[in-house]
Amino acid sequence: MANLFIIFLSAVIVNNYVLVNFLGICPFVGVSKRIGPAISMGLATTFVMTLTAAVAWLVNRYILEGLNLQFLQTVSFILVIASLVQLVEMFIKKISKPLYDALGIFLPLITTNCAILGVALFLVLKEYNFIESIIFGFSAGVGFMLAIIIMAGIREELELADVPEYFKGAPITMIVAGCLALAFMGFSGLI
Amino acid sequence: MASKTSHSKEFLKGLWDENPVLRMLLGLCPTLAVTNSAINGFSMGLAVIFTLVMSSSIISIARNIIPKEVRIPTFIIVIATFVTIADKMLAAYVPDISKALGPFVPLIVVNCIILGRQEAFASKNPVGRSIIDALGMSVGFTITLTILGSIRELLGVGTIFAVQIMPSSFEPWMVMVLQPGAFLTLGLMIGISNWLNARRAK
Repeated sequence: MANLFIIFLSAVIVNNYVLVNFLGICPFVGVSKRIGPAISMGLATTFVMTLTAAVAWLVNRYILEGLNLQFLQTVSFILVIASLVQLVEMFIKKISKPLYDALGIFLPLITTNCAILGVALFLVLKEYNFIESIIFGFSAGVGFMLAIIIMAGIREELELADVPEYFKGAPITMIVAGCLALAFMGFSGLI
Repeated sequence: MASKTSHSKEFLKGLWDENPVLRMLLGLCPTLAVTNSAINGFSMGLAVIFTLVMSSSIISIARNIIPKEVRIPTFIIVIATFVTIADKMLAAYVPDISKALGPFVPLIVVNCIILGRQEAFASKNPVGRSIIDALGMSVGFTITLTILGSIRELLGVGTIFAVQIMPSSFEPWMVMVLQPGAFLTLGLMIGISNWLNARRAK
């Protein structure tokens, strides 16, 4: 139990996916203008990440390792993710229309979110077992959500700030992210 | 294509006007993650050159037989294959660099630069032009990563490509080779490139 808690804390705060591992930067910059969409994106990502972690673990253990096909890891993981996203999209559309409308456009974007493939690759690298993998996937998603919501909150305020003309948009976002990363460095050594 | 832009122009647009990192903000994850030294940035760039040129040529050759509906999965499979080749080659010949880049080599698969070029260019243009376009884009990417890596290495450790540049009295700014340095340097580089562009337009 303590072990699982450490995985959770480590993925959410100490090794935050966005600010420490640099995964999922594209949606982090692209979808962090407003808090509302940022929350939807975070939820959709967390959901897909948790599922991906479970499926990727099973595929890796029983298909790739079972048949000694580890060199196909990248190809098979990306296929798993693409089909999973498609499946999740159809599933949500069928059972919950409001949720579908809220997540709608963000779901296809997730396929090319490197954070998802990153989860699959990391859990193999770190040799997690099945339960640990699921917790890892979930907490990586929570970490992503935390970072993107903080960022959206800051950017909403930033609109009122007097930013030099050439630094509007992406450059100032990067610099703010740098300050956030600096703050998150304070957590290192916590575990 | 009716209006034929010259080959050199096709190549040069990737270096500045449509520079994937500075102007189009694509492929930011590897850009930030691996540029803690000049050599890492440069090797990442080489891996991307290989993957992008190879997948662009294959996609361009097969562009007329790929059905429109399944083109994205097809692109991804082709890209993933070449990424796997690049990954295994790095691990075999330069294990140190392969270790330093870690999971970011397999993550080239989801690098939006590569998928973006297939969708926007290789699937609509003949092989020769696609290869030139791919070369321009990936060389632009490599140059940007190398510069970013050099700045961070120079300020963070005092060296470029492991050659001592700064005098020994220089106190290294550790933060530049850590995560915040990546965000700060890239933010400044994008800002400066915006400024240069605006000045050139005048």
